[in-house]
Amino acid sequence: MDFATLIQILDSTLRLATPLLLACLAGLYSERAGVFDIGLEGKMLAAAFLSGAVAFVSGSVWLGVLAGIGASLALSAVHGLASITFRGNQLISGVAINFLASGLTVLVGQNWFELGGRTPALTEGRFQPITLPLAETLAPVPVLGPIYSDLISGHSALVYLALALVPASWWLLNRTRFGLRLRAVGENPAAVDTAGVSVVGIRFAAVAICGVLCGLAGAYLATALSAGFVKEMTAGRGYIALAALIFAKWRPFAAMGACLLFGLLEAVANRFQNIDLGVVVLPVQFMQALPYILTVVILAGFVGKAIPPRAGGEPYVKER
Amino acid sequence: MEPLGGVSPDGGRPAAVAPSAPWAIELRGISKAFGPVQANRDISIRIARGSIHGIVGENGAGKSTLMSILYGFYRADAGEILIGGRPVQIPDSQAAIRAGIGMVFQHFKLVPNFTVLENVILGAEDGALLRPSLTRARAVLADLAREYDLDVDPNAVVENLSVGHQQRVEILKALFRRADILILDEPTGVLTPDEADHLFRILRGLRDQGKTIVLITHKLREIMEITDHVSVMRRGQMVATVPTPETSPEQLAELMVGRKVLLHVDKGPAAPGRTVLQVENLALTDAQGVQRLRGINLHVRAGEILGIAGVAGNGQSELLDVLGGYARATGRVTVNGVEIDLTGRTGDGRSRRAQGIAHVPEDRQVRGLILDFAAWENVGFGYHHAPEYQKNALFMDNDALRADCAAKMARFDIRPPIPALAARNFSGGNQQKIIVAREIERNPDLLLVGQPTRGVDIGAIEFIHKQIIALRDAGKAILLVSVELDEILSLSDRIAVMFDGRIMGERLPSETNERDLGLLMAGMAG
Repeated sequence: MDFATLIQILDSTLRLATPLLLACLAGLYSERAGVFDIGLEGKMLAAAFLSGAVAFVSGSVWLGVLAGIGASLALSAVHGLASITFRGNQLISGVAINFLASGLTVLVGQNWFELGGRTPALTEGRFQPITLPLAETLAPVPVLGPIYSDLISGHSALVYLALALVPASWWLLNRTRFGLRLRAVGENPAAVDTAGVSVVGIRFAAVAICGVLCGLAGAYLATALSAGFVKEMTAGRGYIALAALIFAKWRPFAAMGACLLFGLLEAVANRFQNIDLGVVVLPVQFMQALPYILTVVILAGFVGKAIPPRAGGEPYVKER
Repeated sequence: MEPLGGVSPDGGRPAAVAPSAPWAIELRGISKAFGPVQANRDISIRIARGSIHGIVGENGAGKSTLMSILYGFYRADAGEILIGGRPVQIPDSQAAIRAGIGMVFQHFKLVPNFTVLENVILGAEDGALLRPSLTRARAVLADLAREYDLDVDPNAVVENLSVGHQQRVEILKALFRRADILILDEPTGVLTPDEADHLFRILRGLRDQGKTIVLITHKLREIMEITDHVSVMRRGQMVATVPTPETSPEQLAELMVGRKVLLHVDKGPAAPGRTVLQVENLALTDAQGVQRLRGINLHVRAGEILGIAGVAGNGQSELLDVLGGYARATGRVTVNGVEIDLTGRTGDGRSRRAQGIAHVPEDRQVRGLILDFAAWENVGFGYHHAPEYQKNALFMDNDALRADCAAKMARFDIRPPIPALAARNFSGGNQQKIIVAREIERNPDLLLVGQPTRGVDIGAIEFIHKQIIALRDAGKAILLVSVELDEILSLSDRIAVMFDGRIMGERLPSETNERDLGLLMAGMAG
C-alpha cells in the first residue's frame, strides 16, 4: 500500500467517522444525564430526510441543516416527554422513535417527491469542501504536504465542527456548573434534587443537546456525505455510535477514538474489494460487515468493563 | 480613597436567624394527610436555638413526613412554619436551604464518583465555571475542618470514603450552604460506635457555635446521651416534649408505643448442648474478585444464640448467603454432623431447608417476601412443596395455605389479620412477623437470622426477640447477624465480631461492652 492510498483511506476515515462522532457525542450528553437513548438512529434518519428535502427545495444547505436539527429536536422532545416527564421506559420510547422515523421518512418522502422515498439529488444545497489556507502552496512538500492539503484540508464545515465539539464537550462536562450538574443527574439524581436543582430541567437540557447533535449528524449524511436522502440511509450508524459510546466509556476523547476506529473499518471496506491475505481471500462482504461485527463484540461486553452512569435508564422519582 | 458603596465582604444573604428570636424552629398546627391516612395531625413544636433536639417515634409515626415538610418535599395541608421567629413558606428544597435548613438523610445524597469538593459545591456553585467555586469551597472546608473536627480530604472520591466520612461530607454540604439548622435522620444506623462518638462530638461542637440540631432516631440511648430536649411522636401526633434529663428510656418507649414496653429481654441462662453448626475455613470471593470471606471458623450449639456483630458490609451478609444456599463458597460446613453442599447442585435453599436450616434473611423485602403477593402466598414460600399444602399430585391446596396463614396471624399477632392482603401493605414489623412465623414454625434445628428488627417498631421488636429466645430455649441453634449492638448484647449467648471477612474475636456478653466490641468492629484486634 503506497502513501497516497494511505492518505486516501485516512481521508475517508475522517469523513465516515464524522456522523458517528456527532451521534456518539449526542448520546454522550443524554446518557451522562441518565437518559438512555437508543433512538439516535431514528433521530439521525429523520434529520437526514428533512435536511435533504429542505436543502433541495430551498437550495440552501444551512436551511437544510436547521430543518434537520428541528426534526431531531422534535423527536428528542417526544423522548424527553415520555421518559423524563411521564417516567416511561427509555428503551421502549427510543425504539418507538426509530420505527416512527423509519416509516415516516419514506412515507412523507414518497408523498412529496414521488421518487420511492428518496429526495431528489442535490446539486446545490450541499456542503462544499473547505480548503484551508496555504493548502495549495504546501501540497508539493513531501509527506507533510499531502497530509495537510489532502487529509486535513478539504472537508466540509461539519467535519471540523464535529472535531471541535470533542474538546468543547470535555470542557463543558468537566469545567462548568452545567457539566457538573449534568453528570450528577446521571449518577445520583437525588443528590441534585436535594441540593435544590431541578432534575427534570437538567435532563431536558441534555436531551435537547442530544437532539441538536443528532440533527447535525443526520444533516451531514444527506447534505455532505451524500447528495440527498436515501431510504434507511443511516444504515445502523445510530447503533454503531451507541457501541462506540460504550467502548469509549462515555468519555468525549475516547468517543472520538472509537468513532475513528469504526470510520477506518468502513473506509477500508470501501477502498479494497477482496483482501488477499495469501492463505485466504477475505471477501468484500466480510469487510463491510466488520463495523457491525465489532459493534456486537463491544455490546456483548467483550471489550473491558464499561460502567454506565449509575442512574442511567431510570426515571427519577422523588423518594420522600 | 474609600471604595464606593457599602457592599459587605460577606456579600451574602442576611442571617436566617434574627439574634433576638428564641426559637430556631416553631411549627404551629401542622397537618398532612395522604389520602385517608393522616400522617401528621395538628403538630406544634418549638425547638430552641443552639440546642440538640431529639425526635423519636415508631415507624410510621410521622417523623419523616414532618421533616419532609420542613425540607420542602411536601406542603402541609394546614399549619405554619416559623424559622427564627419569622413565618416562612417552604415549597421546595431550595427554599429550605435559603431558610438556613440543612438535612442529612439516612441514605446519603452524594454522587459516588465525584470528589468531596464537587459534592459540596453541587447546586451551590458561585457561577457558570467551576474553578472559582472549587477554590472557595476548599478554603471553607479547611475552616470548617479546624472549627468542628470535620476533617475530610477534599480531593477524595466519595465512594472510596468510609460511611462515617461520607456522613461528614453531608454535614459539610449543609454547612457550606450556611445552614443554621441541621436535621439528621437516623444518623448512627450505619456507624461504628467510634464513628458515632465522633459524630456526637461534631454535633456538640456545632451546638456550642449556636447551630440548632434536630436528631431523628429510634435509639433511645443516643437520645439520652446527646439531646437537650426530646419530642415523642405517635400515630401522627406529637405526644410529648420534655427536657432530656427529666425522662428515661423506659418512659420514652412507653410514650412511643402507648403502653409499657420491656426494653431488655428477659432470658434465662443458656443450656448449650451438642454442636449443630460447624463452619471451617469458609472463604468466598465475589464476581469482582474481592475476597468477602477470608476463612471463617465458628460453631453454634443447640440451645445457644451466637451473635455476629460488625459494621454492615464486612462479610456478614455473605456468611448468611452461603449458609442459606444463595452463594457458593469454599470450606467445610456441617449441620448436625452432616456436611452441606457449598458448591454443587444440592447447595440451594430448598436443600438447606430439608437439612433443618431456616433463614430469616437480612433484606426481608427482597429475599424474604414477594411484596406484591398476598400474605397467605408468602407464608408458603420455600415450603410450598410441603405435603400439607398439596391437594393432590397436580394442585396446591390454597385453602390450606390460607387457613395456615390465618392461624399464624393469630399466633404471631400479625396486623391486620387479613391473609389476602399484599405483603407490601403490612408495616415493617408485621412483614417481619410473617417471615419469622413461616421460618420458626417449621421447627428448624438451625435458624439463621439477619437484622431481625431493622425498621421494626419497638413493640414488634419485643415480640420477635421473645420468639427467638423461645426457639433457643426449645434447644435449637441460632445464628444471629445484626448491626445493632444493643440487640447483639441482649440476645446473644456468645458474640463473634466480623471485620473484613474475618472473625476478629469472640466474647461473652457478660465480659464485654460496646467499647470493646467497637474496637473489634473497627478491625483492631482485642
